[in-house]
Parts: sequence; structure tokens; C-alpha cells
Amino acid sequence: MPTINADQARSDYDVIIVGSGAGGGQMAYSLTLAGLKCLMLESGRSYDPVAETPMFQTGVHAPLGGAATPDKPFGFFDATVDGGWEVPGEPYTQGSDRPEEQFLWWRARMVGGRTNHWGRISLRNGPYDFKPYSRDGLGFDWPISYEDVEPYYTKVERLIGVYGSNEGLENTPDSPEGVLQPPPRGRIGDLLAQQAGGRIGIPVVPIHRAVLTKPQDADELAPLLHPDDEDAQRIVGDSMRSRAACFWATDCGRGCSIRANYQSTTVHLPPAMATGNLDLISLAHAREVLVDGKTGKATGVLFIDKATGREERVRAKAVVLAASSGETVRILLNSKSNAFPEGLANRSGLVGKYIMDTVGSDLRGQIPALEGLTPHNDDGAGGCHFYAPWWLYREQKAGKLDFARGYHVEIGGTRPMPRGNVPVPGSYLRGLFGTKLKEEARRYYGSFIGFACRGEMIPNEDSYAELDPDVTDDWGIPVMKWHWKWSEQELAMADHAQRTFEELIHEMGGTPAGGGGRSGRESILQGGKVIHEVGGAIMGADPATSVCNRWNQTWDVDNLFLCDGSPFASNADKNPTQTIMALAWRCADHLVTEARRGNL
Amino acid sequence: METQDSSDSNRLPRRTVLQWFGASAALASGGISVPALSQGAKPAGAEGYGTDPDLTRTYEPGDVWPLTFSDDQKRTVIALVDTILPGDEFGPPASELRVPDYIDEWISAPYPNQRRDREVILPGLVRFEEAVRRETGKDFAGWNNDRRERFCDSIVREDRHPLGGFFDRFTMIAAGAYFSTPEGWKAIGYSGNLATPTFAGPPQEVLDRVGVQQTVA
Repeated sequence: MPTINADQARSDYDVIIVGSGAGGGQMAYSLTLAGLKCLMLESGRSYDPVAETPMFQTGVHAPLGGAATPDKPFGFFDATVDGGWEVPGEPYTQGSDRPEEQFLWWRARMVGGRTNHWGRISLRNGPYDFKPYSRDGLGFDWPISYEDVEPYYTKVERLIGVYGSNEGLENTPDSPEGVLQPPPRGRIGDLLAQQAGGRIGIPVVPIHRAVLTKPQDADELAPLLHPDDEDAQRIVGDSMRSRAACFWATDCGRGCSIRANYQSTTVHLPPAMATGNLDLISLAHAREVLVDGKTGKATGVLFIDKATGREERVRAKAVVLAASSGETVRILLNSKSNAFPEGLANRSGLVGKYIMDTVGSDLRGQIPALEGLTPHNDDGAGGCHFYAPWWLYREQKAGKLDFARGYHVEIGGTRPMPRGNVPVPGSYLRGLFGTKLKEEARRYYGSFIGFACRGEMIPNEDSYAELDPDVTDDWGIPVMKWHWKWSEQELAMADHAQRTFEELIHEMGGTPAGGGGRSGRESILQGGKVIHEVGGAIMGADPATSVCNRWNQTWDVDNLFLCDGSPFASNADKNPTQTIMALAWRCADHLVTEARRGNL
Repeated sequence: METQDSSDSNRLPRRTVLQWFGASAALASGGISVPALSQGAKPAGAEGYGTDPDLTRTYEPGDVWPLTFSDDQKRTVIALVDTILPGDEFGPPASELRVPDYIDEWISAPYPNQRRDREVILPGLVRFEEAVRRETGKDFAGWNNDRRERFCDSIVREDRHPLGGFFDRFTMIAAGAYFSTPEGWKAIGYSGNLATPTFAGPPQEVLDRVGVQQTVA
């Protein structure tokens, strides 16, 4: 990805975009194609998936067979650069030393951010998800509805390419006819779970993921996305034509050198760069947004050039923060001035408040029916093929459950590539050696299936981020101090998930790992572990009780926009990335309209 | 490969030995074998591969951090892995698939899990050979296959055998390495890592055996 040095930055940018992931990438795409001159700042290094992705490397090519280590927590071949639960030189702290009150913060430091390694699950929020308070009196309504966002979900799905099916299920929106790419076939574990789930009322259907299962039809899609703009059609069409469809090998988490899946570096940034309207500075660590004391408007960004250690200032007519919830909050809180003594855009006092993460609770089962199968290629599309969208809306509305929101169930593959560790749990091989060891390993390999609950939490007063008063990072910038709490709602949800998974595994004729029996409290993943953190600058209808308006625009600074997950007023049981992109595209359209009217 | 006499290393200041160890890591693969130093201690001069390694090159054991095993330790390890994962209808013996080198790389790694394993494996190898010598005065490699198997059997059959923890962990590390090789894939039944134009899903015989149907066209 071509980058410039700080001293090559222009003085007349229209927009500075902090962050190069899903939200930043979408803003860069939309704004540059509309003719706006943009500067993107990325804290990590430049990164090129086409050159750097290890597509077919296996355990024998890597240290430790590719097994996970603290340097590469998702395995050696995972795309994450200079990141993970710890980022060198950029610590964070906790408000509590009790694990259940701590927040684990995953960050990547690379152009494209976490879009390079994410799971590609691309779900639309449903109508209920934008009005949760109206439905059950908990949390906050968004100031927008599904109808406001739907056109942008469709644009995003057309642009990035999402496979899946339309199932007509409650609060699980279908895409318009012809938008989704064909879903891949079910794996053997998927199909058995689907059959068993059907008997006990759990709908298992194809999941939606941002992976091309067939080449994009650029001639159809580019004009749909950019009507009346032949330059944009040409640029976007060229980019689409240089993406290949998935060839059914290599995990998406490695990245994709043939551009078959979505990462900002292969889908958003190439067309943005092709417009000639985007400059990108990597190793640019944003410290604060600069503000004009008289007008109260943002004027630019102060960042540390990691390569030189120098402070640099860049200017623009508008600023977009899309650095991820935690980083955007950190930048806002560090942007103190006389006009904003509590941090920028923080007159509500809510910057950093109401951080949310997905409720996670997992269970593995051993399924005798899947033992000793004829070996076959189960790699598929590099991630999930099937899932169960939340199915108990009616029971919940009738008061039959002791938690208010939903979760979906992700279903894991059963025949993964062995990488360093034995792909059969040790307890099944204990006491064996010789040919018998190989026999039993072969028998049990392929018979373990994992179910993951991914659910919605209620925003609470105890889950928030603030600046640490004492600790700074290597560049002297105050770091985030995290506070976390799961409420009875989330613990009850996790408990329900465990009981449900036990029932499903039993229905498949199997045995839950460790005999099952874990409570919600025992099984719930730590805050941050699912890496879906949103909130910290929630959007709302009233500036007294929110940070942003319906356009991702901060109430207090009208040329400052927040385009990552920080404006989320709730975290539906749908993974946040597609909503981040849809809202960013919508924000970009609004920003362009305002710019053309001279309102920025 | 240089071999450090363990009595020499006991007389020299530890810092000097560590410097030699670090210096040797800069040479070609292998490393000074310092049995007395290596038992349970962090491998000197060992850094991990960091948070931004080149993912596209091939790594050999010893490339990133120095290895540990002395010739004697290797002799034991080779004989033991070939007992645990012998040549048979499933595939070649483990020593032919470089499993001893992968185990060395594992227990030499500077990461917490691997360092915990090091503290089990290195003293365990010593106690293993001591137990072997108590029986016949030979070492494990000097036994025939039958004798080796009976000895290993005596470990796994007894509940809480003193060598049980070592044997179990050694087996899992060896098996992890074995099944990560192409031959090991064949043995365990992993089939994949191939570019194909379509994804066929499970073949009909697998669907029939499990009693399900494909539900996606």
C-alpha cells in the first residue's frame, strides 16, 4: 500500500481519517470517490496482503508447527502484525485486579487493522436491534431505524461481496434478491448439527460471510453502486475485476492474497488510492484532534510519527475518527482544551461510557457419529459455513426467559489442519503410544465440534474506559484504563447457551467436553475476548445523553465524525463490522452533502 | 556441533557460559549443548520470533532460538519418539519426519507454555534414562523394540507412575509435531490445503454414513 511521509502531507485536505480498518476504509472509499481529498493516518505499518499472506504454508514451515504463542496469539500464520492482547509499547491498564472485572483489548498495528484477520462474519442488524429500549425498557434506542440503514447494508454487501442465504427469520433481515453470493455447502458437522437442531427447534442455516464464492459481476455492480459516475464505476469495476473468488483453501484469518475475502487493504483502499485523492501515512500514532478555540471546530490531528518520534500536525476541513472504539475514545479524552476540559466532544460526559462486547460462551462436543469418517477436504471458505440465528424472540417476549436479548450460535469445522498441537484433545489419547496411538488419533480426529454463543449485552454503568492518570505509552500519550462488569442478564444468557449446547450435543448423540455442567458465570468469556468492543461514544437523539447524532457526527463539534464502533448505542447479537461499514457509508454521503453545501 | 563438557560449564562463571551460548546462536543451526545449564533454566539468548515475523519464509528448528539437546539427549529422544510413533501402515517412524528436531525446538522456545514443558521434559529425560539403566545397564536406544515397548507400557499402565507426567507430555508434543507434517496429515486423516474451483462438501459415502443430506445446492 503506497504511503507518504509526514513532510509530504498537503495543507488542504478535505478530511483526515484516523484508522484504516472497516470504518476508516469505508470512509476513504466513499469520500475519495466523491472527489474529496483525504489523508488517512494509521498507527501501524504499511501492509500488503497480496505479498505477505502465507497462503499454503503449513506447520512444517513455521516455528512450533504454527502453534499459538504470546507473540501470535491466533497462531503463527494469523495476519495480525504487532498486535494481539498486548501491543509493544502501547500498554493499557485495568481498574480492577479481578479477572471478571477486566477487559482484554485486542489491537492490530497494520494498515487495514483488524479487517486483515477478522472472521468475515457479516450480519445485518435487524429492526429490533435499533430500538431495544422501546422493546424491553433496557439500554438505549438508536436515533435511527433499520429502514435508515438498509440501503447501506445493501451497498456494502454488493461492494465487499457477502455469501449467505435468505431464510425469512425473525429479526434476521434478508438481503434483496441477487445481492448475496451463493453460500458454500455445509460441512459434515454443520449438517449433523442442522439435522439435530431441527428436532429441538434450533434453526441452523447458512451464515453470511464476506468471502466471494464466485467472481463479482463488476459490470452489474459498479453502476448500481455509483450511478451517474462513470469514473467511479471504472475505478470500482477495475478493483472488483482484480479480485478472485475463493479457492476453498487457507483460513481467512491469514488474510487473502487473491483478494477473495474482505479486508480494507484489498477492497476499500485500492479503489480509494486509484482515485488519486487518498494519501496514507503509516506509523502515524494519533494523539489528539486539534480544535480552533474560537470556532469550536476541529482543524486537524496531532500525531506522533513513530519512525522519527516527532510530533506532526496535519490539517483538514473535517476529521473522522475510526480508530476502533477504545482508540477513538482515547483520542477524544486526550484532546483536552479550554473549550473541552473533559475531552473533545464530551460535554455529555459520556465519552468512554457504555463500552459493550459480545457475550461469549462456548462448548465443544465429541460426536461418535463423526468418528472414523473417510478423510475428505473440509477446508471450505476459511471460516464458518452455518450458524443458528437467535430463535427465541417469542418466548422472550412472553417472559419465559430470564434474559432480555438474543445470541446467535457459530458452528465450528471438525477437520481442521493440524498445526503444532495434536488436533485431538489429550484426554482421548492418554496412556496410548505406538500404532494404537495413531489408530485412536485417526478415529477421534474429526469428531469434535464447537458451538459458540455470540450475544447481546445490556450497556451498563460499570463497563467503561477512562484515561489512566499515571501510565503513558512509549510516546508519552496517556493510555486507556478499562472497567468491566457482566450483569445478571449476560450471565443468564451464557447459562442458557451452555444448557442449549449440551442439549444439542446430546441430540447429535455426543458428549459435551468435560461432561458439561458449566454455569454461565464459569463459561462466560472475559470482556473484550470476542473482540467486538463497541460503544464509548454512543449515538442518540439528545446531546445531553449521547455523544453523536444520527449521522455519526459529534454533537459538540460538527466537523468531527466517529465512524468505527464507538457510536453504537447497543451491540446486537450480530457482529458489528457490517454495521460499522453501513453507518460509515451513510455518514460519508451526509458529509459529502454537507461539504458541497459549504456547511463544513 | 560443539559440545560443552558439563564439568567445564560447572567451573566457569554462568555469565561466560551464557555469552558463549548467545554467540553460538549466531552461528549456523544447532547450538552449544550445555546439559547442566539447560535443565529448567531459560534458554540463554533466546528471543521469540516477535510480533511481526515474515510469514512466507520457511523456518527450520534452530533458526529463531538455539536448540538444546545434546547428542545423548537426542539418542534418547529418537528412540523414544520411534517407540511412541513407529513406522507402520499409518506412516513413517517419527524420527524420519524430524520429530526429534521439532521437540527440541518446542522445549527450547522462550514462551511460557513451552518453558513449562521444558521443565517437565528435560529432567524427565534424565529420570527416564536412569530408570532404564537400573533395569539392564543399557540405555533406551540400546534396547530392542520389544523391550522398549514393555518399558513404556509399564509407565502408562500404572496410575501415577513417577514417569507418567513426563511420558504423557512428551507424547503429546511428539504427536503434535508428527501430525503437522504431510505424512502425519495422511495418518490422522486431514485432507486439504488444496486450491480447488468448487467446494464439494462431504462425499456421498460420508453423508450416508452419518445419515444426513447436503442442504445447500
